[in-house]
Amino acid sequence: MSHTTATPISEHDSHDEHHGPSGLLNWLTTTDHKIIGLSYTITAVVMLVIGGALAELIRAQLASSNGHLVSFAQYNELFTMHGSVMIYLFAGPFAFGALANIIVPIQIGAPDMAFPRLNALSYWLYLTGSITMLLGFFTTGGAANFGWVGYAPLTSSLNAPGAGADLWIGGLMLTGFSAIFTGVNLVATIFYLRAPGMTMFRMPIFTWNLLVTAILILLAFPVLTAGLIMLYADRHFGTHIFSVAGGGVPVLWQHIFWFWGHPEVYILALPFFGMATEIIAVFSKKPVFGYKGMIFATISIAALSLGVWAHHMFTTGVVLLPFFSIMSLLIAVPTGIKIFNWIGTMWRGEIWFSTAMLMSIGFLITFLIGGLTGIYLASPPLDFFTHDTYFVVAHFHSVVMALVLAGMGGLYYWGPKITGYLLNERLGKAQFWFLFIGTQVFTFPLYILGLQGMPRRMAVYPLHKEWVSLNALSSVGALLIGVSTLFFVVNIIVSWKKYPAGDNPWDAQTLEWFTTSPPPHHNFYRLPQIRSERPTWDYNHPEHKSIAHGTHEE
Amino acid sequence: MRVEAKLLLFLGLFFGAMCAVYWTWSLENAGGVMMFSGMLLCFLPGSYYLWWSRRMKMRPEDDPTATTEGGAGVVGSFPGSSIFPFLMGMGAFLVVLALVFGIWFLIPGLALAVWALLGGTAEGRRGGKI
Repeated sequence: MSHTTATPISEHDSHDEHHGPSGLLNWLTTTDHKIIGLSYTITAVVMLVIGGALAELIRAQLASSNGHLVSFAQYNELFTMHGSVMIYLFAGPFAFGALANIIVPIQIGAPDMAFPRLNALSYWLYLTGSITMLLGFFTTGGAANFGWVGYAPLTSSLNAPGAGADLWIGGLMLTGFSAIFTGVNLVATIFYLRAPGMTMFRMPIFTWNLLVTAILILLAFPVLTAGLIMLYADRHFGTHIFSVAGGGVPVLWQHIFWFWGHPEVYILALPFFGMATEIIAVFSKKPVFGYKGMIFATISIAALSLGVWAHHMFTTGVVLLPFFSIMSLLIAVPTGIKIFNWIGTMWRGEIWFSTAMLMSIGFLITFLIGGLTGIYLASPPLDFFTHDTYFVVAHFHSVVMALVLAGMGGLYYWGPKITGYLLNERLGKAQFWFLFIGTQVFTFPLYILGLQGMPRRMAVYPLHKEWVSLNALSSVGALLIGVSTLFFVVNIIVSWKKYPAGDNPWDAQTLEWFTTSPPPHHNFYRLPQIRSERPTWDYNHPEHKSIAHGTHEE
Repeated sequence: MRVEAKLLLFLGLFFGAMCAVYWTWSLENAGGVMMFSGMLLCFLPGSYYLWWSRRMKMRPEDDPTATTEGGAGVVGSFPGSSIFPFLMGMGAFLVVLALVFGIWFLIPGLALAVWALLGGTAEGRRGGKI
């Protein structure tokens, strides 16, 4: 156990050197947040590829009206596991387990996460949870097949008798505990391990967003885990919590699931908002416009997100429509503030269209489309018309693909800090255009199909030949997205240890760019005086003095 | 510490107000209970932090004029490596598999989990590898 000090220490101070095991044993026993974060990143990207492959199969099936690529039962497994893998195993863990794990402690000047061993446990629970859920494909009954939301009574032991359903429940429990432990760790790290002078209102926006995300995790995930235990009890112990036959209430599952599920949307989104904020500021060569406004907008989004869950349940007929509609529409206000501030940050900036910046602009546009269509869905009369159609599918894929764009931006931006090497910009830009155009070509036809009434989760549509061309176009978009992933893989291979990054290749502003790339075992050899939310910029550009928030230079 | 406390208390107050409006308007219990629990989850640590913030000296990380030297001293203990999180993870994995494939998985699962719990605790007390 090393007792880490906050005094400035000289380079190569032997006190702080790491003498742990190497190779595979190092990976199994590490408690270093950077290695754990990297493990999260690699696992999450593998999950993205698996989830993406399932998506390509879905789109291949739907490219014709009477596709025979998979059976109806297999199609049910495909869309269930595509959603489950992408939401539970990729987007969430990538958002709050991968880059957050690596970057947050360095951004606030901490030597590690507050509870390093708990952090390692979080990763092992995430990995084993992912394996558990995917094991369903290797059971005789196949993987879970009731949709990623697991609505009762589809999940009952009568309707889903196989081991795949239980593996889905078990995998979710493990990843749920993993998320809760990560939430605890992030809150404790941010509250207790900040460097001297790093006050709460000097923390980078990314760290602020992760703090709010962690609080949301602690509020939302235990509810899902409790729901899963109840579901397992219904399936195996003879309880009837969600079954009408025994006096239970199926809609209770929807309340429990969405009480987790809607905050989960923001648990996924807020970290990516933070990534985009950092990138847009750095590549506009400006401080974040409306720094405090951004923070209060994040807090407002989180606060409101706990009171909107039943907008997913408008058509059940048993929820308070005006309350959930008003609360959902209100979220547009802080989100609008964020979009305004992102544009404000770029306004009159010296914009450098790097791959990370392009990805962030792509995020902004795509998220705007997803957000605006979300406002339609917050209105019950419009939701009644489009519920369970491809309009909803298009809406949330716009949102999620926006987050993928931001996440890719994050990898291009922070990748050099993590590995010490830059990725190839030309290949990165090619990846961006395939990803951005592919996303729009994939989602726009789905909006139209939804408005034409095409229901989601159908494997064939032989009576609606008029839907074929739009479906085929959407499948082309999905293919373009797949090609963009290939560009990313090729980029990693081509750029492998080829372009040394140096400590601060982007002339960035926050504390992680003050240390070496990659950072040493406990992150810093020395720390600068922290006098603003841009300590590295202040250190590198003493001619531009820091100005306190709310004041103006004369 | 005061900002941290205010953040949690604000969220708790907001959830409390939202819960009151929602429950009196809808009389729906599940959502009401969950929002009420959310309020408590924010109030509990938030009020503790507020109580402490009024009694403690300003920490260097809360002081906008703090110098790097001001934070000198031991920050905390950080184990360099430990096998016990991995063992605990594998134990939990086997316990979950026991729920699906057969109760016999519980034997190695619980054994690993208990080993990791005891080993991790002992390691924490004596100080692990750097």
